Amino acid sequence: MSLDKEQVHHIALLARLKLSDAEYAESVEKLSRIVDFVDQLSQADTTGVVPMAHPLDAAQRLRPDVVTETDNRNRYQENAPAVVDGLYLVPKVIE
Amino acid sequence: MMDLHLQTMTELAAGLEKGDFSSVELTQALLDRVAALDDRLNAFVTVTAAEALLAAARADAARAAGNVGALNGLPIIHKDIFCTRGVKTTCGSKMLNNFISPYDATVVEKLAAAGAVVLGKSNMDEFAMGSSNETSFFGPVRNPWDLECSPGGSSGGSSASVAARFAPAATGTDTGGSIRQPAALTGTVGIKPTYGRVSRYGMIAFASSLDQAGVITRSSEDAARVLGVMAGFDERDSTSIDHPVPDYLATIGDSIKGLRVGIVRQHFDEGLDEQTGARVKDAIAVIESLGATTVEVDLPNIDLSVPTYYVVAPAECSSNLSRFDGVRFGHRAENAEDLLDLYCRSRGEGFGDEVKRRIMTGAYVLSAGYYDAYYLKAQQVRQLIADDFKKAFADVDVIAGPTAPSPAFKLGDKVDDPIQMYLNDIYTIGANLAGLPAISVPCGFVNDMPVGLHLVGPHFGEEVLLRCGHQYQQQTEWHKACPEAFQ
Repeated sequence: MSLDKEQVHHIALLARLKLSDAEYAESVEKLSRIVDFVDQLSQADTTGVVPMAHPLDAAQRLRPDVVTETDNRNRYQENAPAVVDGLYLVPKVIE
Repeated sequence: MMDLHLQTMTELAAGLEKGDFSSVELTQALLDRVAALDDRLNAFVTVTAAEALLAAARADAARAAGNVGALNGLPIIHKDIFCTRGVKTTCGSKMLNNFISPYDATVVEKLAAAGAVVLGKSNMDEFAMGSSNETSFFGPVRNPWDLECSPGGSSGGSSASVAARFAPAATGTDTGGSIRQPAALTGTVGIKPTYGRVSRYGMIAFASSLDQAGVITRSSEDAARVLGVMAGFDERDSTSIDHPVPDYLATIGDSIKGLRVGIVRQHFDEGLDEQTGARVKDAIAVIESLGATTVEVDLPNIDLSVPTYYVVAPAECSSNLSRFDGVRFGHRAENAEDLLDLYCRSRGEGFGDEVKRRIMTGAYVLSAGYYDAYYLKAQQVRQLIADDFKKAFADVDVIAGPTAPSPAFKLGDKVDDPIQMYLNDIYTIGANLAGLPAISVPCGFVNDMPVGLHLVGPHFGEEVLLRCGHQYQQQTEWHKACPEAFQ
């Protein structure tokens, strides 16, 4: 196994995913196989190759820094699980 | 009025034009088929019957007023990855099972403006991550050619719907083969355009440097008709390319005499089912008989395309899917202890196994100490693969080969082995990595299951792919075959 349980715990925390015990066991096995598989990349000689930034060598466009969006807060918040007075609710962050 | 469902979009457009039937009649006939037959396929997540009939009535009224869009009154289906205002948009996930989109994707807007009638939203692998449609929260889609088989994925609801004659066209998205592989496995045509050709605005993101929208139809001519409406610059997508859209239908009838067709030796090596390879070689012979010549081309790094993809795509997915936090939209866990618990449990409950696997793979390859060895290395190999294609297209106009290594596999066969599943996209992933357009066209059957011919073109080469596909389909009848239970 190229990954151990501790590493998978760390990755799951980075990814903000809560896994069950069974999911952990399965993830160690399957993620290890995926990592072994992509390890083939180390064979390639990439000396001096500039990593691809865009498949068409295009640059990111810029736009004038002006307000283009109208206020759709109420419509957007119809999908929110918990809202009061236009604010999104989350568990208490500061004691 | 008989057999409207068997007609292509081009035939239906002519019938509407002549007044043989109305869009309302056509739409009702197809909705009746969906209601009667979709419990066998599970191709739809949502059927929008009432909205469809209203849109059809509007299209009929527009026609009566002499105001006819390019797709006026013609029925289509949207993959449930495209945001549709006021309609549930799930992306095949429990995470978005309660999400009613507050806006339309550009693709949705453009097709509606052209008069298309949307029958509903098609089932798909969760967040487009899968090659069999088995990762959908709403259950797998079945292949109309054999209900025990997969219709491919991730656009499996779209491919199954078009093969089952529920609609003449369905939108799809393709990050590593998700339009072309399901098209091949269901005997339909599927085109993935050049990266940036069609707007990604409102298309739920999986891997932003690879994702591209396209369409599944039964003929290349229909694909040309729909793609002409979908394509074009959109300032709301920062990677949309400002490049003129040719009239694909205007040149589709032109000859392919003198076309140089590249053949990649590695694409016919071990790993390809022998009979599938034979059908593809037959198809290439038909294209040669139309005056094309074949040339062997070398893509020395293509064997690394699948491992490259399985670093780049998960990395981008882990970043894109961080937006699902249980706060602003989507699934939210109950009784969270604190903010971290809210995030982790909302995501743990809302995502399925394959999506979690990809997010974690992405988090790993981007994490401190591994970024250079995996992510940076993969983007370097990706550049080598793109350079190989560039060199090849100096000598050829298209590259031809198989779309998938075998015909459709049985549901359940590969679901426990992610690597075997990933290898289904071995011939399609290269085009995504290099941002190239590619099409799959039906080219025969192996044990009564369809297989596809894959054509890859240079950047913005959609025109030559559609023309080559159309000329091939003028000589062959494979795309006219209809699964027995759906005639």
